[in-house]
Amino acid sequence: MNIIVSVKQTFDTEAKIALNAEGKISDDGVTLVINPYDEFAVEEALKLKEKFGGEVTVVCAGGEKAQEAIRTALAMGCDKAVRVDISGLEDADEWVVAEVLAKAVSELPYDIVLSGRIAVDDGSSQVAVRLAEALGIPSVSSILKLEIEGDTATATREIDGGAEVIEVKLPALFTAQKGLNEPRYPSMMGIMKAKKKEIATKGLADIGFGEVPAAKMSAPKYSLPTSRAGGKMIPGDATEATKELARLLREEAKAI
Amino acid sequence: MATGIWIILERNESGIRKVSLQLLSKGRAIADETGESLVAVILGSGAAQFADEAASYGADKVILADDKRLSTYTTGAYTSALNKLIRKGEPAAVLIGNTAIGKDLAPRLAQRLGVGMASDCTGMETDEAAFLSFKRPIYGGKAFAEVTATDRPILAAIRPNTFPMGEPDATRKAEIANEAAEIDDDDLRAVVKEVVVAVSARPELTEADIIISGGRGMKGPENYEILEKCADAIGAAVGASRAAVDAGWIEQKFQVGQTGKTVSPTLYIACGISGAVQHLAGMGTSKIIVAINKDPEANIFALADYGIVGDLFEIVPLLTEEFKKLTA
Repeated sequence: MNIIVSVKQTFDTEAKIALNAEGKISDDGVTLVINPYDEFAVEEALKLKEKFGGEVTVVCAGGEKAQEAIRTALAMGCDKAVRVDISGLEDADEWVVAEVLAKAVSELPYDIVLSGRIAVDDGSSQVAVRLAEALGIPSVSSILKLEIEGDTATATREIDGGAEVIEVKLPALFTAQKGLNEPRYPSMMGIMKAKKKEIATKGLADIGFGEVPAAKMSAPKYSLPTSRAGGKMIPGDATEATKELARLLREEAKAI
Repeated sequence: MATGIWIILERNESGIRKVSLQLLSKGRAIADETGESLVAVILGSGAAQFADEAASYGADKVILADDKRLSTYTTGAYTSALNKLIRKGEPAAVLIGNTAIGKDLAPRLAQRLGVGMASDCTGMETDEAAFLSFKRPIYGGKAFAEVTATDRPILAAIRPNTFPMGEPDATRKAEIANEAAEIDDDDLRAVVKEVVVAVSARPELTEADIIISGGRGMKGPENYEILEKCADAIGAAVGASRAAVDAGWIEQKFQVGQTGKTVSPTLYIACGISGAVQHLAGMGTSKIIVAINKDPEANIFALADYGIVGDLFEIVPLLTEEFKKLTA
């Protein structure tokens, strides 16, 4: 079974966010990690490989630094990787990234494509679903369980207030939700092995783009949130404070 | 010439979903401001029974695609049908809630249409050049990005509770357009075998007006009962922080935060939650935040509108009684 995992490098979720002089998000001093949701996708791919055999290929669109995220996936046990260098695409939107990934993926054999349901940086939840569309394969978003039998996958997908079970013919793409599995930590042996695994780096021209694809969205204008003017502490013993809180919620906040 | 604002409506057992009605209300305001028409799109069996409600919330026109293949949502069938309807109708904007369906459908539809999309928006304004601009939280709410699209239609998924729901006007009438759903066979490759909806008297977490959440300070699974009692006194949903979920006290589906649900209620009551950035990412856009925590140094107090330092096991039951008096 050939499995592709699409991963993205993101800021660590603890990262402080600041804007640089150009008004863009600054990556100064930020720890970069593999998108936490993509780890669920990697883990699921490795479990499938353990069960059915085959090969797991990591595909990533990113600059030089993204190698580290790819190495993490390789250290967990993925076999090889393709990085498409998009460092020249300053304001690549989800459309552009999906088109780029689709070109890279379509050069590889695959039965299953996996990715995280969301990236914790831009939080857009678009690229993986767009990738499935660009590849012309079905997709199931936000899965909590995946079972494969022959050429049929049965996936449990989270929906608002419940779950649904979806049956789909392979090849198909799945996006991983927390709860799908517990991602393994790379072992020391895995980390050593990962250093020797192949990461093929490709430019846009290498995967067949004559010209740089144009974004469909404007370059974002970034801002930082104004901090909430919180901190109204309600004094008194439990009974008094609770009475006062209920009164404030009704009369001042009009929330009850 | 692309014209009109289309709202893709979602339904549940009780009718049109709240987020869809909120979008109709906001769409009505934008339509009035820009002179565009507001169009509600309803897919699936028995779509017509929802047309009057859509009209009452402001739709000028209701497009109905009554087809049993659309009764249960599937990515493929909905993408197929909407792609054809949109290409035919040429709207300027297509809006949907940032729900389980919206998050799955809108990107696929955008890719098929070859257009851009704004996800999980918490703001939407008219824009002279681009028609609409969208504000969306990024990095778990630690920054915002304002985006517009270069082409038409503009697709956007809007976070539930971003806009208030207007008052319905039963005298409003809408033009009804029955359309045949054209669905490609290729788009019927995924089949829904089973839908398991948890039966709960409480509102769905992402759409709830009020949420009462418990974290590490809950100390154990048995103690969620005191939150549930309080929730039921005011029609609230119950939530949890990651610490409580990871401890196995409450199911993952109740988790609010970066790796859980994103919520934006009118009132969020955080009990025994310290306020880690990952939790704030999931509830930072709540209108009013109340914190109850025994640690006066807890982060959550810095952004809470109202805070009580104290023992939640003492305070929450007292609060439940106060709420009962208020709502009696």
